[in-house]
Parts: sequence; structure tokens; C-alpha cells
Amino acid sequence: MLEVILWATAKVVVLFLAFSLGGAAVLTWVERRMSGVLQDRLGPNRANVGPFTVFGLLHPIADGIKMIFKEDFVPAQADKVLFFLAPAFSFIPPLLAFMVIPFGPPVGGREVFLVSNTQMGILFLLAIGSLGVYGHTLAGWSSGNKFSLLGALRTSGQLFSYEIGLTLSLLGVLMVYGTIVPQELIARQSEMWFGVVPAWGIFTQPLGFILFLAASMAETKRAPFDLPEADSELVAGYSTEYSSMRFAMFFLSEFVAIILVGAFGAVLFLGGWHVPFLEGDEWWVVALQVGGFLFKTGILVYIQMLIRWTVPRLRYDQVMDVGWKYLLPFGLGNLAATAVVLVWFV
Amino acid sequence: MSAKVKKVDRPDMTVPERLYVLELLRGMSATNRHFWRNFLARKETATLNYPEEKRTYSPRWRGLHRLMRREDGSVRCVACMMCSTHCPAKCITIEAGEHPDPAIEKFPVKFEIDLLKCIFCGLCEEACPCDAIRLDSGVHAPPVCARQDAIADKDQLLSRGASSRARQGGGNSRQ
Repeated sequence: MLEVILWATAKVVVLFLAFSLGGAAVLTWVERRMSGVLQDRLGPNRANVGPFTVFGLLHPIADGIKMIFKEDFVPAQADKVLFFLAPAFSFIPPLLAFMVIPFGPPVGGREVFLVSNTQMGILFLLAIGSLGVYGHTLAGWSSGNKFSLLGALRTSGQLFSYEIGLTLSLLGVLMVYGTIVPQELIARQSEMWFGVVPAWGIFTQPLGFILFLAASMAETKRAPFDLPEADSELVAGYSTEYSSMRFAMFFLSEFVAIILVGAFGAVLFLGGWHVPFLEGDEWWVVALQVGGFLFKTGILVYIQMLIRWTVPRLRYDQVMDVGWKYLLPFGLGNLAATAVVLVWFV
Repeated sequence: MSAKVKKVDRPDMTVPERLYVLELLRGMSATNRHFWRNFLARKETATLNYPEEKRTYSPRWRGLHRLMRREDGSVRCVACMMCSTHCPAKCITIEAGEHPDPAIEKFPVKFEIDLLKCIFCGLCEEACPCDAIRLDSGVHAPPVCARQDAIADKDQLLSRGASSRARQGGGNSRQ
């Protein structure tokens, strides 16, 4: 029993805290530096300890220190309890969702790189991922501010709309592989076609991948779908009244969500930790496979960042148009086509 | 419709453009190209790590003023007031004094430039018949904490100066 608890704790510490939280902190720097570089600037590279700047990697630490020492302001009209709880509500769900993401293959029959090998799998991920909307809605509602309230309304409107598109875009993959357990999904994707092309989700469901990317980017609430925040219209949307570390929690939850989308997409569409032509139990094979998973996650994160810095933000009615008039019918069409192919041609 | 109205042909978006995804990919390929070119080699980066890296200025760039010297090291300026007369910002204050050498009429006892007023237009340099004042030091005007610190006096101006052998009084024989 003790061993089980220790294993679980170790996995939680490494996979949750080091990977998702550390990754999110680094991503705040990556985003600013990358946006700088692709706009022909240099980006932040000045934070230093003595002569060491480490390419500006100390900026997240400086940010964290600043956030901690800032005044923690609570507006007089705010609902104190909910105002206090909302950052946690938005922060915890994306972290919890990492529970069912396998970072690597089972080693010696033991799931070393997976916190919980639950049979709910993807269902759990979708369910817990969509809980995040409560945090943001509560934040906007409890702030006692009109901008925040509008941001909250938009958050709930946008996230609920895109939840449908997201789920529909996944269903095709789940149907093709006939399972919702991540490890089994990856095992099915490891098969090769003609001995060269891996049967990854992106090859079996290309349209599903595009829909997934669009819907999940909307779920992360970042530009071009940054309506909940909408700097140019709503000051800062649902987080207008938040300051110091509470704001940082909203901020970090966005970046955790980006990593989650990357990892989620890698499991569903890029074959998870499967690296073509690599099989076995040796330690270096496992290390390569874990590295492969992180690489795939990184690629999807890079694509998200690229889209965020390429496309101008949409208007609210356009966001709703994309969600209801494009993602929904295309998702349904993709689903129907997949069903037809599966029933009559396979 | 009156004759002055010009009809502009605004074509509708084509089908591939309306698809959005293709245009999105084109945009992403542009940002991606910029990212990698700058990431690997800083090919198109327009900004600099300023204090460590500096742009090279053109030789015509006008920096802080300097007063040139004669071959014996004394100031070339003959306090003719051409520069202070031409100065559009009225930033040059000259007090003339009698020169001990009878061949030279005057020299500046005081020569001050208020760098807060100066607009670095270079008209003083153009007006000077003696090649006494130049703006080619290549030095930026330094930040100061008090207004009086921004007034450059004769010693400061001379300290940047160098020897010039141009003929006093100008003419075509400038070397």
C-alpha cells in the first residue's frame, strides 16, 4: 500500500508539477521570446543574476517574484468567497486532466509514465477539461464589475459552444480505433500501413485534426479566440479585477491548457509516445519514446503559438459563427463519413 | 453619378480564400519563416541588444560639438558670431575678448552651447568661416541631472577638438 502511495506521489510531483507547471512557467517566456523573434524583434533577454541571463530564462522567475509581492486587491463589491475560489477552480482542472495522459510506455507491466490508467480515459479528460469554464465564469461574476461580467458571459458562451466542436472532432478518432483508453489508443496507432506509414490519427482523421486544433485553441481562450479576455474591449475580461498571484493563476492555467492541448493532441492524433520503427523494453528505447512524446507535444504547442501570433482576433459573432456554422457541421459530417467508411468499407 | 466618382473594383474573395484554412497556412508559413530565419541567424531582426551592440552611424551624423585648434593648440574660433547669429535655437553664447597676437583680432573668452536648446541642425558648422566648430565628434548628447550640466563650456568643447589646418577665413583653399 505504502509503495502504491509513494509511486503515485512521485508521478504526481514529476508529471504534474515539474512538467505542466514548470512547462507553463517556461512557456510564458517562450511565448514572449518567440513572438519577438517572429516579429523581427529580440524579445525579453535581460533578467539576470549577476552576469547570467540564460537567454532570458530568468524572466519567469522574476515575474513570479513580482506577482507574489504585488498587492492582492479584492474589490469592495466582490463576492469574497467566490472571488477567492475562482482562480483555483480555473487552475486545477487543466492540471487534473494530465492524470490520464501517458507520457511513455508501460515498463515491465507497470504504468510508470501514467498517473491513472483509468478506463474512462478520454472521457475523463473531456469532462474535467470542461470544468475549467466554471472558474472563469465565477471569476467574472464574483468580481462585481461589468467588464468582468461580460467576460464571464463570453467565456461560458464560447467554451460551451466549442466543447461540442471539440468532442465531435475527437469522436472520429475514437471510432476509428474503437477505444477511449489512451494507452490502447496509442497501441492501435502504433500499427504500420505498408510497413512505412504509422496509423496515426492525423493520417486517418486529417479533417478531425484541423477541427480539433481549432476547437481546442478556442478552449484555451487565447487569440484569435481571446474573447473572454478581449483586451481591446473589456479591459481584461473576467480577470479585470484580479491582481498579484491570483491573476498569475489564471495566466498559468492558460499555459497549462496549451500544454494539455499539445499532449492531448499528441495522444489522439500523433501516436502518443509511439516512435516509428522503435520497439522493445530497453531503457534507451523507453527514453526515446518519452522524448518522442515530449517532442510531439512541443510541436503542437509551437503550432498553437504560431497561430496565436499569425491570426488577428475574431469578432464575437465570428467566433460564434466558426463554432456553430463550421465546426459543428464539419464535425458531424466527418463523423458520418467515418461511420460510413467503417461500416461499409473496413 | 458625377464624373469625379471613381469606381474601384473590389473583387470578392475566391473560394480558396474563403476556405480560410489555406490562407491561414500561408500566414503561418510567413511567420514560421521569419521565426526560423531570426532564430537561427538573426537574419531579419530589426532591433539590437542596445548597450552592447550599437548601430554604425554615417560619417555625416551630427553628434556633440567640438571646437577645433590651431597648429599651436589655441582655439581657432575668432568670435565672429556667425554661428550664434545663424543658430535657429539660439543656443550659442559667445563672449569675445582681445587676442594678444595683433594678427588675430578676437578670440572667445567664453563659448557655451546649451545642449538642451541645441537641435543639432549643423548650421553653426556651415556658417563658420574658420572651420572652428564641428559636429563630427560622433558622441551622443549625454543625459544630465540638472539643467546647468547640459551647458557645454569652452573647455569641454575644446577637449574633443583636434588640430585643423584649414585657412582661417575660409575661401576655396580648405584642405
